[in-house]
Amino acid sequence: MMIIPHQFEFYLILIKKQQKNNQQNLSPMNDATLERFHYDNKIVKYFGAATIIWGLVGMLVGVIAATQLFLPEANLGNPYTTFGRIRPLHTNAVIFAFVGNAIFAGIYYSMPRLLKTPMWNKGLSWFHFWGWQLIILAAAITLPLGLTTSKEYAELEWPIDIAIALVWVAFGANMIGTLFKRRERHMYVAIWFYLASFITVAVLHIFNSLELPVSWTKSYSAYAGVQDALVQWWYGHNAVAFFLTTPFLGLMYYFLPKAANRPVYSYKLSIVHFWSLIFIYMWAGPHHLLYTALPEWAQVLGTVFSVMLIAPSWGGMVNGLLTLRGAWDKVRNEPVLKFMVVAVTAYGMSTFEGPMLSLKNVNAIAHYTDWIVAHVHIGGLGWNGFLTFGMLYWMWPRLFKTTIYSQKLANTHFWIGTLGIIFYALPMYVAALTQFLMLREFDEMGRLAYGNFLQTVVELVPMYILRALGGLLYLIGAIIMVYNMYKTAQKGVFQEYEEDQAPALAPSYNATGEFWHRAWERKPIFFTVLATIAIAIGGAIEIIPTILVESNVPTISSVKPYTPLELEGRDLYIKNGCVGCHSQMIRPFRFETERYGEYSKAGEFVYDRPFLWGSKRTGPDLHRVGGKYPDSWHYFHMQDPSSMSPGSLMPPYPWMTENIMDYSDLPAKIRTLQKLGVPYPEGYDEKAMEDLDVQANRIVSNLKEAGVETLPHTEIVAMIAYLQRLGTDIKATAEN
Amino acid sequence: MYKEVLRSIENIEIYPVISLLIFVLFFLGVFFWVFRMPKDLEDHMKSLPMENDDHLTSEQP
Repeated sequence: MMIIPHQFEFYLILIKKQQKNNQQNLSPMNDATLERFHYDNKIVKYFGAATIIWGLVGMLVGVIAATQLFLPEANLGNPYTTFGRIRPLHTNAVIFAFVGNAIFAGIYYSMPRLLKTPMWNKGLSWFHFWGWQLIILAAAITLPLGLTTSKEYAELEWPIDIAIALVWVAFGANMIGTLFKRRERHMYVAIWFYLASFITVAVLHIFNSLELPVSWTKSYSAYAGVQDALVQWWYGHNAVAFFLTTPFLGLMYYFLPKAANRPVYSYKLSIVHFWSLIFIYMWAGPHHLLYTALPEWAQVLGTVFSVMLIAPSWGGMVNGLLTLRGAWDKVRNEPVLKFMVVAVTAYGMSTFEGPMLSLKNVNAIAHYTDWIVAHVHIGGLGWNGFLTFGMLYWMWPRLFKTTIYSQKLANTHFWIGTLGIIFYALPMYVAALTQFLMLREFDEMGRLAYGNFLQTVVELVPMYILRALGGLLYLIGAIIMVYNMYKTAQKGVFQEYEEDQAPALAPSYNATGEFWHRAWERKPIFFTVLATIAIAIGGAIEIIPTILVESNVPTISSVKPYTPLELEGRDLYIKNGCVGCHSQMIRPFRFETERYGEYSKAGEFVYDRPFLWGSKRTGPDLHRVGGKYPDSWHYFHMQDPSSMSPGSLMPPYPWMTENIMDYSDLPAKIRTLQKLGVPYPEGYDEKAMEDLDVQANRIVSNLKEAGVETLPHTEIVAMIAYLQRLGTDIKATAEN
Repeated sequence: MYKEVLRSIENIEIYPVISLLIFVLFFLGVFFWVFRMPKDLEDHMKSLPMENDDHLTSEQP
């Protein structure tokens, strides 16, 4: 190995320091007590392979979903592959399968090496591996079937939620057990990030998944309306923070110094930015709900903390980039470093963009548009994707004790991937601004210049085509990587075990005169508790007032529970993922109230379990769609959207006019909702079916007048009942 | 609506203030410690990921 002067200096320090350590810490022992142990590379290989397999699946589904947005035929004419069900499949596959497995591969590689001990329990490692893959498989089956809670990034139904909790706890127990067995006294900063991620994701997952089951495949959220929205976005935001950000910062702090062959630029900076990051992140959730019916104080809190987040986020980015000081020549030749540099830069970009998006005036433009889609993909494709690729390119040859099969193919992957990101993100920014400017334009008569939402969507089609191309390029790059990794594995010999040796920790360590933070680092449990407190304060102050104070959500007396048919229609709406394209939240802007009607009030959602405000408008908002069109309009529109709205990109749902609803669970649904406090009269579960039939027959006769024959228990009837109810409750007040 | 929310939660305005205080105090504490961090500890921590390379073996344990 070639050693350049400053590196030499560093190794000198290292050697001196180790000598000193040996004298200080190991005084009761001597070098003869060096213990030999083996790192398990098999679990790393498995998680690595799972990363790329699920990565390809997730990206492919993403390209299909992107194609569906300009070519409705790509929905393939059946409910299972229609956009509303494919989108959550894509997000779950890339977040939890691709990124999740990458996190585990990186942690199972770096943690034992940093602590100088194998992972605590092999059985737990494999339970974790197979458990996680089974959960992903369950998601891949249930989401296309429409079994979903519809809460973003938490769509899976309650039995899978429980499985996730179990597997996650096994993962955490394995990490903490490893800490107990460690031979290195101090925890490197990467491990702090791993621990904080484990704790926070556990807390978030449990609180957001609180729901009351109706059956094995259906449940209702324990929260309703505004509360549900607040908990969901507290979860959604922090899932991004503690699943997509903090574990990856940990990986960055391990793999970037490894790949650059020099230590992290500033360890002090890493400490300051770690604590600031986990402290501040938890408060910022409400920035997803600006201008909605969420209480103002929560919105302000979310904005302030979001802006503060720039500092610790950029602390991480600067630390990553400066680690490469004096090594930029290597970045020219080494694809691993190229991937990592773009990853860290993308992290810097999206963590600057995020706080900007949480300013109310910027949010007014970006919310519900493709800007958010661009933002998350800078983070997803750039930060998560590229850091994963860099890590795999670095780790894979080492697992097989060889060199990479083709440096050239890795470079090709890098350039195709980078082009893919640009082709993805730029059209989305253009699309977002175009649409916003069109939506808010008024003509000289004071009317909306583009009164029909569809007029704006049609303009975006070229951008959607370019975006799909970007996604396709990115996928091609990933396929090249898989080939390269396969060839690398073939070229080398897999090293199932890797030997290392280190002295055992001296039990009689003298800690007097040590400063407090140094002592914490040696006490993993205390450290973990402290990190938990840091995140819990943020969560508690944000959530408790909204959950405990019932009057926090102003009630409107005319808002009534859904009728049985509307309830079933709503569940059908959830099942088909309509919320993926249609919001139900009209913001208090003139250009929204002119277009959609009266702005949405918090009290209108008290019976919404879960809330369906949505986060993206590919189609128009539906909160006041009730009573806007006759029943027959909805019938024809669902059958073939372009028949009522020429040029519409909405997928057709012709099967809804034939599919018969299964109402056998209606009494159970009513009873579950009663338990959650919905004021249906006593014993209503037995009478609900009668009311359902009355309402269904009314819709059937309405349709008959328009010349359409349909059966009362078809899906379309339930859907029409729900759509016609939407947003009409407060109109009843006005009439009275 | 803002007023109604304010009325319904007693001393609501204290929440953001408490939050800011907790964070600022903690931040100052960490900052203070970081500046006093001994050089040898910093070097040791920095070196942790750099160790244990190049001793690959396929030997079974």
